[in-house]
Amino acid sequence: MSYQAPVRDIAFMLNHVVGLSNVAKLEGFEEATTDMAEAILEESARFTSEVLGPLNTIGDAQGATWEESGVKTAPGWVDAYAQFIENGWGALSFPVEYGGQGLPMCLSSAVQEMWHSANMSFGLCPLLTQGAVDALAHHASEELKDTFLPKMVSGEWSGTMNLTEPQAGTDLAAIRTKAEPEGDHFLITGQKIYITYGDHDMTENIVHLVLAKLPDAPEGVKGISLFVVPKYLVNEDGSVGEQNDVRCVSIEHKLGIHASPTCVMSYGDEGGAVGYLVGEANHGLMYMFTMMNQARHAVGVQGYGIAERAYQQALAYANDRKQGPTLLGGNDSQGIINHPDVRRMLMTMRSSIEAMRGLALDCAAAFDVAAKHPDPDVRKASQRRGELLTPLVKGWSTELGVELCSLGVQIHGGMGFIEETGAAQHLRDARITPIYEGTTAIQANDLIGRKTARDGGLGLGELMADMKSVLAELQAADDVNLKAVATRFEPAIAAAEAANEWLLGQNDPTQPAATSVEFLMMHGRLAGGWIMARAALAAVAEKQKSDADTDYLDAKTLLARYYAERMLPLVESGKTIVVDSADSTVSLDIAQL
Amino acid sequence: MKILVGVKRVLDYNVKARVNADKTGIELANVKMSMNPFDEIAVEEALRIKEAGDADEVIAVSIGPSQSQETIRTALAMGADRGILLETDELLEPLAIAKLFKHVVEQESPGLVILGKQAIDGDNNQTGQMLSAITGMAQGTFASKVELNGDTAKITREVDAGLESINVTLPAVLTTDLRLNEPRYAKLPNIMKAKKKPLEITPVADLDVDVSSKLKVVEVNEPEQRSAGVIVNSVAELVEKLRNEAKVI
Repeated sequence: MSYQAPVRDIAFMLNHVVGLSNVAKLEGFEEATTDMAEAILEESARFTSEVLGPLNTIGDAQGATWEESGVKTAPGWVDAYAQFIENGWGALSFPVEYGGQGLPMCLSSAVQEMWHSANMSFGLCPLLTQGAVDALAHHASEELKDTFLPKMVSGEWSGTMNLTEPQAGTDLAAIRTKAEPEGDHFLITGQKIYITYGDHDMTENIVHLVLAKLPDAPEGVKGISLFVVPKYLVNEDGSVGEQNDVRCVSIEHKLGIHASPTCVMSYGDEGGAVGYLVGEANHGLMYMFTMMNQARHAVGVQGYGIAERAYQQALAYANDRKQGPTLLGGNDSQGIINHPDVRRMLMTMRSSIEAMRGLALDCAAAFDVAAKHPDPDVRKASQRRGELLTPLVKGWSTELGVELCSLGVQIHGGMGFIEETGAAQHLRDARITPIYEGTTAIQANDLIGRKTARDGGLGLGELMADMKSVLAELQAADDVNLKAVATRFEPAIAAAEAANEWLLGQNDPTQPAATSVEFLMMHGRLAGGWIMARAALAAVAEKQKSDADTDYLDAKTLLARYYAERMLPLVESGKTIVVDSADSTVSLDIAQL
Repeated sequence: MKILVGVKRVLDYNVKARVNADKTGIELANVKMSMNPFDEIAVEEALRIKEAGDADEVIAVSIGPSQSQETIRTALAMGADRGILLETDELLEPLAIAKLFKHVVEQESPGLVILGKQAIDGDNNQTGQMLSAITGMAQGTFASKVELNGDTAKITREVDAGLESINVTLPAVLTTDLRLNEPRYAKLPNIMKAKKKPLEITPVADLDVDVSSKLKVVEVNEPEQRSAGVIVNSVAELVEKLRNEAKVI
């Protein structure tokens, strides 16, 4: 089943909900006009559907393989990557001074959705490179930037993030990888696991960003430093030199994303890998967070990107598959799409994907405003909004993405369980997204702690206020669907405010921790409803234009109404769970579990 | 040498064409439009000739509504140097289009005009041949290979009997067949540069060219659905059916 990027839906979100034209008014983003965005989205759609999409199945079936000489990607991948960088897709959002195009994050996120829909395993390689570029661009010395950034921006060299060790996953204070100073550099020794694209054959060099401890480092997370460790050392003239003392010793066998090599990396087997300190000693974890926030948003994009692929496949099957009479299709044998429950599954997929897409693009646009707006107060408020929405984008969109891919399998019935159909791959691939770059629980902690408790609920309060003004618009509108959306939106906002108040009133951290994931999910669902309400308002406004495509715009309002009627009541039940289930969650004696 | 390339905005090849409500043509409102696939091949061939050093400039020409600018921008993003739009909201016939191209040929004096052998909307396959006839330029249609050699070009043509090679003297009109080349993807930096490349727009009405319609569309209908076939028991029965039912022998 081939993938066709939903260019029109993506452009609708960007233009009419997120407001790309406002972002394009900011100094530095002038290129991001509506016309330009459309041209970029169209060409990206062609490239991803024709080049990346067809490699998705073979990547799953054959996967990456480990050899003594290095990791080999699946057949066709080396060539596809070469085309990917030749066409400049890797450089979309990177700084202009290092050869990037400097486009806003909301537009680059829109393009990246297509990578992940077409081929999530492939999309991970540039995703990681992007995180590494961000960390270096923000924190490395000019010398390191000049050495590494141009080739990483172009995609000729890829980047990795090396955090996890066998004993140090979420708890990074426990890392043991060491860095010994030697002349102008350091010698790195230790083992890192779960390193995505830690080794592969698509680029001439791989730039590892590695967390390690200096000999005199303080205990805990304040003793972690960040180092650049290239696979091949870089000569004075910028060319690739001798191999560094780092190798991939094995790759993992996984539930999904088979084509993305997950590597065990060994540093310093022969005395120490040459590494260069990024920024100041012992600030590594903070630097890594630069990379991680961006990467978390990107993983959220994967969440709905993969669900979009599953949706397209399920929709085609539901139209095709005939199984006797249906309630909506009459007595002739019609596609199973005419069963009300199949409609329910397809509507859930379609409306949720649009809600998640809008939220991720809105979050990205907030970061764009935070980066370029002339008014420092606006920058600060936008940064707060972007940071608040990031755990929702990551946590909610990946959890929901898995659910939707499961619905995609369900629509196929027995055929969905058969690998040959291809629906199962999306579910297997999606399953990693709520885990890596911080599990859903970590996102929930981030939401209730750093993003809510720390500012006394300021950011969340601002979000609720924005939602209420959208609610007022819905209520004032003379449209039956918009009124129906308002009917569900109003109690959902009230429920969320009650949950927020409860959270801010808690003194015992166990209570909110026990229900924090539900808190995150209810806010994700509500934020999705807010996006869909804005989409519906925009659709109704667009309909006033003389050349309006009324069928398309009516579909947007109906999707918003379905979402409101089907998803927003869950916000109300979510509030009940948040405030009322902590005790029973944690009181059972462990021996009884 | 300049190369003129025709780029037409047509219904996207992935979209299933439907007859419009008043049966005057294909439904084009709110459907995805893109460059005629044969024209993409024409642009690609022109760019390859330029990259080989045999041409200095590639000019993308479109005749159609204002939105055809997007189609020209696509050609510019692929690498064409500038664009010309002869703007009209009328649906023109091949002869009118050939006359308008002749107007551009007289202005630009290209060494080669490369057109798609047909556009996937009308499937007429006439414009290239007509342009050759009214300008007196040589023609090499259905090209599957183009080799330039000074002021001549060797064209390999796909004809019913196989491949035919002909030599044409430049200036010439070529039309592209599917196997001529595989068009490139536009690179991201080039998409961004395309916006700054020159695009000249002239209303067709301002030109002294007779584009009046010589044909009248009576009605457009979808082809009849094919009915299910039958299995015959003998050759004799087949012959009988062909003779008496189908009346084809």
